[in-house]
Amino acid sequence: MIKKIAKDEWASGLSKLAKTYRLFGPVAERGPDGARTFHNFKALAPGELPDLDLGNTRLSAKSLVFPQSEAMFTYTLDEDRDDHHILKEVPADGMSRVAFGIRPCDAKALAMVRMNFDTPEYKDPYWLRLYEATTFVGLACDAPCPTCFCTSTECGPYHEEGLDLLLCAEGEGLLAKAITEKGERLLADAGWEEAADQDLGARKAAAEGCITSRIGTDQLAEGDLLDLHGADFWEDVAFACINCGTCTYLCPTCWCFDIQDEVFKQEGQRLRQWDSCMFPIFTVHTTGHNPRDTKTQRVRQRFMHKLKYFVDKYEKGIMCVGCGRCVRHCPVNIDIRKVADLMNRYTSDAAKAEQA
Amino acid sequence: MLTYIDEIRAASARLLQEGAVEMVVGFRQGSQPMMNEPCLIRRPEDVDTLVWDSHCGINLTNYLTNRKEKIAVIAKGCDARNIVTHIIENKIEREQLYILGVPCQGMVDKRQIAMRVAGEITEVGESDTEIRVQTTRGEIQTFAKAEVLQQNCTLCTHRNPVLYDALIAEAVSEQTVDRYTDVAAIEAMTIGERQQYFQDLFAPCIRCYACRNACPLCYCPTCFVDEAQPQWVGKGQDAVDVMTFHFLRAYHCAGRCTDCGACERACPVGINMRVLTKKLEKDCVNNFGWEAGLSPDVRPALDTFNLDDPDKLIK
Amino acid sequence: MENPYLPYPVRIDEIIVETEDRNLKTFTFVFLNPEDEERFAYQAGQFAELSIPGKGEIPIGIASSPVEKGFVKFTVNKAGVVTQHLHNMKVGDIMGIRGPLGNWYPWEGLEGKDLLIIGGGFAFTTLRSSIIYMLDPANRAKFGNIDVVYGARTPGMLLYKEELIEWEKRDDINMHITVDGTDDPDWKYNVGFVPPIVEQKAPQADNGTYAIVCGPPIMIKFTQPVLEKLGYDHNHIIMSLENRMKCGIGMCGRCGIGKELVCKDGPVFTLAEINKTPREY
Repeated sequence: MIKKIAKDEWASGLSKLAKTYRLFGPVAERGPDGARTFHNFKALAPGELPDLDLGNTRLSAKSLVFPQSEAMFTYTLDEDRDDHHILKEVPADGMSRVAFGIRPCDAKALAMVRMNFDTPEYKDPYWLRLYEATTFVGLACDAPCPTCFCTSTECGPYHEEGLDLLLCAEGEGLLAKAITEKGERLLADAGWEEAADQDLGARKAAAEGCITSRIGTDQLAEGDLLDLHGADFWEDVAFACINCGTCTYLCPTCWCFDIQDEVFKQEGQRLRQWDSCMFPIFTVHTTGHNPRDTKTQRVRQRFMHKLKYFVDKYEKGIMCVGCGRCVRHCPVNIDIRKVADLMNRYTSDAAKAEQA
Repeated sequence: MLTYIDEIRAASARLLQEGAVEMVVGFRQGSQPMMNEPCLIRRPEDVDTLVWDSHCGINLTNYLTNRKEKIAVIAKGCDARNIVTHIIENKIEREQLYILGVPCQGMVDKRQIAMRVAGEITEVGESDTEIRVQTTRGEIQTFAKAEVLQQNCTLCTHRNPVLYDALIAEAVSEQTVDRYTDVAAIEAMTIGERQQYFQDLFAPCIRCYACRNACPLCYCPTCFVDEAQPQWVGKGQDAVDVMTFHFLRAYHCAGRCTDCGACERACPVGINMRVLTKKLEKDCVNNFGWEAGLSPDVRPALDTFNLDDPDKLIK
Repeated sequence: MENPYLPYPVRIDEIIVETEDRNLKTFTFVFLNPEDEERFAYQAGQFAELSIPGKGEIPIGIASSPVEKGFVKFTVNKAGVVTQHLHNMKVGDIMGIRGPLGNWYPWEGLEGKDLLIIGGGFAFTTLRSSIIYMLDPANRAKFGNIDVVYGARTPGMLLYKEELIEWEKRDDINMHITVDGTDDPDWKYNVGFVPPIVEQKAPQADNGTYAIVCGPPIMIKFTQPVLEKLGYDHNHIIMSLENRMKCGIGMCGRCGIGKELVCKDGPVFTLAEINKTPREY
């Protein structure tokens, strides 16, 4: 059932929600000269509206459930205290949260990343608590970017996976489609109950039609992992790379992290923070031996992880939702679309050569 | 400048054919508007993939080190100065390089253009003086190049390579500018204002280290931020740790930085960390009359001692 | 929700210097909360994160054996930030242990089989755990012949010397201790690198023989062809890998070798399995 949210109801609904939820949404960052530069997800200040006039946020929505730096435990080293050297969990913020304006690609990414943090053997309490406490309110993309290739990644500008509610712009106001019970509850809590006699089908098709950038991935599952690892194109793919963490930190599906202890005087914290397979120290052994010592090995790891290892491990397609952030912001223009095509073609060429 | 590429390709092909070099480091066409990708060419028949336009901002000096081959490199004024610094610092030998010098009129700041157009840019073209962009909304907009250059290019006083084996075109005229108005503005702030300024400046930093890794000066095998024993700086998002990284990195570049702008250009969140390196550059100029990367035969300011060096610091 | 990152608090109960260079010490830990010992139920071949508040965590193979109760033991080489700090700690100090982590040697599948155990240097810790487990009166009958080739640089660099001597005396385990070299005239065991000693002393393989190999990369590199020569199938060569780790539970992403994670899918793999990975360890 589609609901209609008029412009003034949007603001009043948000202020209703602010009583029981913490609200997050895209907010324009401003440069030192005060000019609007790009959007990121932030906690909304009282009365602040999420800025839905954006292409996509510069950083993905992953920080909503996976902050770049997050305290896991606290402890004291003060031996006069009974509990010295014993780790204590940082208490969870139990409050429900709403993430407004998350794009369908980011929502799908979080649903995929859940496979890493929610396993039969272990559950990551930090990630899961925040994920489960959050109602994800998506914002459909009627004007996708030229770098978007989400229709090639089993996603799309109106894709609903991982979303509780999907919004799209309608004149001055919005249309809202509840996808889950959580989403329906949010509509009720906000008082957004006016039914709209609308169907999103045509808009969805139109938006999908706007996406012209495509990648081929159909052969990736078939290919031999070691063949692809040994393919002859990695040196060329990696040549320009400067091994910064931009691609991995902007990526909604990159989840790698580091754990670090920090102590001030006698009081300590164990922190979890983003890490990147692009950095040499990610894998270096204490002996100095590094299994991925060269730039080419690290670049290969990133692409192989996303486009082959993940495919083989989970059999749920590639670990990329086609948001295009890494393409847009790589300082040296390394383009995952080109690499995916190289890998896909390599696999199909290898298959043809075998048949011949 | 648009004709440079013919000479770049011809010279590259000639050098490869003659065996004078084994590879050419240059740029190839990027997959997106206003982005070119550093590349390596080994065969004369591949030189047509080389491109040259106003989007070749990445400093190519990074791609020359730790190689055995004889390399031809396409070098703008700033690249050439960084090559000089690399020679001084024994990162590379002059004999290993064939420098194809490119007189440069500045590289375009793609973010500035992106901010000035509505919609997404789909195509970009240029003439000698103008940049023309087309957007997803079907509009075409034209900008005077001089208005949309990277800030460091507008302040550049060494557009012509200082060291080269061949120049691919006539030298361009050098600019006379006051390089340090932004530094002076920060110097004029009170301590409190300055602290706030730097806190705001670095608040968006995500510590991806693109600035460090794009910088030709940052070649330490293990950067101090990655050092575990001792650990000099925390790895999280604490503002003090973030600023420690930027401040210390800037100091490591003192007397070496050529203001090539690679750091700022690479930053995915648009931080102008160049204000730090420029302050140190200004101090080097004022105190020691030193500009980095002008001659491989002169030792750098921080590598020499003169009796008349300013010593206010010690008094 | 149980927090897999939360270590069990432990007290250091005993510290033994194992080697003449003093770089290896065996730490015995006792759980502060006795019920944690049951939660820490482990199998030989698993590892744990030793967790030192203020310093961090380090993954170390469990050297004690599931049949030893009331404590857990780890033998630790002094190398990085955490292990250097640990080497300076004293009996009675409080720290944490998180685990058990990873898989273990495939004990069920190994029942009824002959076993060749090959260890080098300080990579003998989970092998000690395994030997103690197999020699336990409740378990010994489950396994066939047990041969052990264990080498170190010098006699003084061998771990668990008293136990080695005890095992030498037993007739239900064939010990082949070796050192790279020694000037000790009373040394009565082998002299030579591990691979040639394996070639001389280890049994030929048949369908019922398995080898478990732990050691430095160079030893593993030269032992593999010897085992092949002796007829060991790659499915029958079992190895324990090491990689840089943080979480130990398959989430932080750094220990991956292809699609396998050393911390969770390993650390124990057969050579046949390892051959299918890009071997980035």
